[in-house]
Amino acid sequence: MSAPATSTLSIRDLHASIGEKPILKGLSLEIPKGEVHAIMGKNGAGKSTLAKIMAGHPDYTVTSGDVLLDGESILGMEPDVRARLGLFLAFQYPMEIPGVTIANFIRAALQARLPQGEELEATEYYAKLYAKMDALSVPRNFTSRSVNEGFSGGEKKRCEILQMAMLEPSYAVLDETDSGLDIDALKIVSAGVNALRGPNIGMLVITHYQRLLDYIVPDKVHVMSDGRIIHSGDKELALKLEAQGYDWVEKEYADAQSAL
Amino acid sequence: MSTETKPDIDIDRSVGDFRYDVDYAFDAGVGLSEATIDYICDVKGDPDWVRAFRKEGYRKFLEKPMPTHWATKDLENIVFENIRYYLSQGQVPKRSWDDVPEDVKRTFERLGIPEQERKFLAGVEAQFDSEAAYSNIKAAVGEQGVIFVGSAEGLKEHPEIFRKWFGKVIPSGDNKFSALNSAVFSGGSFIYVPPGVKVSHPLQAYFRINAQNFGQFERTLIIADEGAELTYMEGCTAPKFETATLHSAVVELVAMKGAKIQYITVQNWSSNVFNLVTKRGIAHENAEVKWIDCNIGSRLTMKYPGVVMKEKGARGEVVSIALAGNGQHQDTGAKMIHAADNTTSNIISKSISLGSGRSTYRGMVHVPKHLKGCKNNTECDALLINTHSRTDTYPAISVRGQGNAVQHEASVSQINSEQIFYMQQRGLSEAAAMSLAVNGFVNDLVQQFPMEYSVELKRLIDLEMEGSVG
Ligand SMILES: Nc1ncnc2c1ncn2[C@@H]1O[C@H](COP(=O)(O)OP(=O)(O)O)[C@@H](O)[C@H]1O
Ligand SMILES: [Mg+2]
Repeated sequence: MSAPATSTLSIRDLHASIGEKPILKGLSLEIPKGEVHAIMGKNGAGKSTLAKIMAGHPDYTVTSGDVLLDGESILGMEPDVRARLGLFLAFQYPMEIPGVTIANFIRAALQARLPQGEELEATEYYAKLYAKMDALSVPRNFTSRSVNEGFSGGEKKRCEILQMAMLEPSYAVLDETDSGLDIDALKIVSAGVNALRGPNIGMLVITHYQRLLDYIVPDKVHVMSDGRIIHSGDKELALKLEAQGYDWVEKEYADAQSAL
Repeated sequence: MSTETKPDIDIDRSVGDFRYDVDYAFDAGVGLSEATIDYICDVKGDPDWVRAFRKEGYRKFLEKPMPTHWATKDLENIVFENIRYYLSQGQVPKRSWDDVPEDVKRTFERLGIPEQERKFLAGVEAQFDSEAAYSNIKAAVGEQGVIFVGSAEGLKEHPEIFRKWFGKVIPSGDNKFSALNSAVFSGGSFIYVPPGVKVSHPLQAYFRINAQNFGQFERTLIIADEGAELTYMEGCTAPKFETATLHSAVVELVAMKGAKIQYITVQNWSSNVFNLVTKRGIAHENAEVKWIDCNIGSRLTMKYPGVVMKEKGARGEVVSIALAGNGQHQDTGAKMIHAADNTTSNIISKSISLGSGRSTYRGMVHVPKHLKGCKNNTECDALLINTHSRTDTYPAISVRGQGNAVQHEASVSQINSEQIFYMQQRGLSEAAAMSLAVNGFVNDLVQQFPMEYSVELKRLIDLEMEGSVG
């Protein structure tokens, strides 16, 4: 339907702050559907901030720049409108919702995507939910547990990917989905993510360990520092960062800036 | 008197907020005096003892001060002289919906009452302003000797059972509003379940206020004889008026030896209603009285359902959910009076305050010194949805003597903006996210409701949240 050029999640020279404090300082990124991009960067670089701003978190103010989803600016939209347009964020720190079961939560989220008056078909819903849970090795009794309440770190992350699998977004941002996972859980979660890869989804995988990228192999790797993308490359870049750290990229970037 | 009804109606988004014009054959006018009471007695053809009971209630009402020394000053805004105390089209409730006058019937149809009756109820009474317009039970239930009629019919047709308990669980002078109810009561249900009869489907009453400046004063008396069991549910709505409306009911329950009564309320009063209700049950040996009370809407609700555990092994329970929306005050709680050994009471209260809404919990648990083996468990949890919300807890637990156990837990939590953001990120609107969180908060209590009522409660919460966000 849309021309290939607009099938992207496009971040253009984005500046954003919290209170008076600028956090994003001119960040640009283009994630076409069908590709997986990784953002790597040290703690405090602004990775989670970027994810939350894309999703419309009310605490941050965008001071300039734009975020376009398939060519349409989403910055003026409520978070739920962006979500229903196809943007998904797997949270670094997923919230607990006491008393709301996973089954009811995902069901409500799917129901919210249906036209007014249309009801989600319960049998189909549960069949799909169970299939996705099995694939992610999430025990069936999780459906009746409250969202994230009393979950281990790994369970929370698996539950994020379960939601992503059920909601079938067109763009997904995965914020530190590998943190808190042991190697077995990492393999399960990565397999879950890889199963969702394809021409109809663009993904942005945020991490500060290259370990995750052994399992979710990215098409491009970007290095983020102090609210900007300072370097981009292919998947080999992740290995180099792992071996040599971030100092050389930051130095290269600083040199390039001062040369201007 | 004209029989023409005007077709004009006001429709609002919320289900109960609509009103059809109705002509009243009987109208006690505005204000309260001995003459008002005589008018009511004459219209209803009350026996002399009821007239005397009403007059005594009226005297006590005048004597008693407003309880503003402990309760809200907002009570002073009730202008008793402006209220209409009796309005009806006629006093004989119909046994068939076909016989209910069209202008009243369409209100109940719109509220879905006849449909619910067909689907899952053992009997229904539908009260419109002062009197029941409809009252019927399924033949199979009637054949077991179950009586389910309006209070007027109860006191006339079954005086031997009615008089024995009427005003005994809650004396007319219990408080100012029980006294007022005793003076002007009209409508409400009388139920008697014979020994050993277990009514498997709920009996339901629906209370509808239609008229402006009106006071609804129904009076319900339910007696479950030895080993009998029943569930009674009441629903209530009123359209939204500019001026205050008063709802002041008295409900008395009597559970004889080994009987079980479960009384469920899902009220959805509009925000102009003062809802001041006295509810109490007596549980005899090994009997159980359980109040499930959901208070949504109203300007001010004051309601503390109670159980007097009169004989050994009796159990009392109050499960309550209160939702105080913008400008509303839910002042609710429970009273547990242990009066025999080995009696057990349980109170679970959850309140939600949003906007400028305010929730107050008042609990009273009384275990005298000479008793043994009594237990009480009290849990009250409050959920606050924004910074102006207010919640207060006043537990008064007086437990004396050895070998009695009391446990009390209270919590206050908030729905925070990160939770709402998380849910919105999944595609739920802010209102839907709030509703889901609120439903989650009360979920464990709602599980105890019959299915139809839990669906209804969820719908009411959704409406309330929709109205308060955005
Ligand atoms: N709510 C906040 N208030 C103040 N500073 C914040 C807030 N959120 C993030 N920051 C700051 O913004 C910077 C980027 O944080 P974050 O986006 O979480 O980094 P990353 O995810 O890359 O570790 C940090 O310096 C952090 O302290
Ligand atoms: Mg982060």
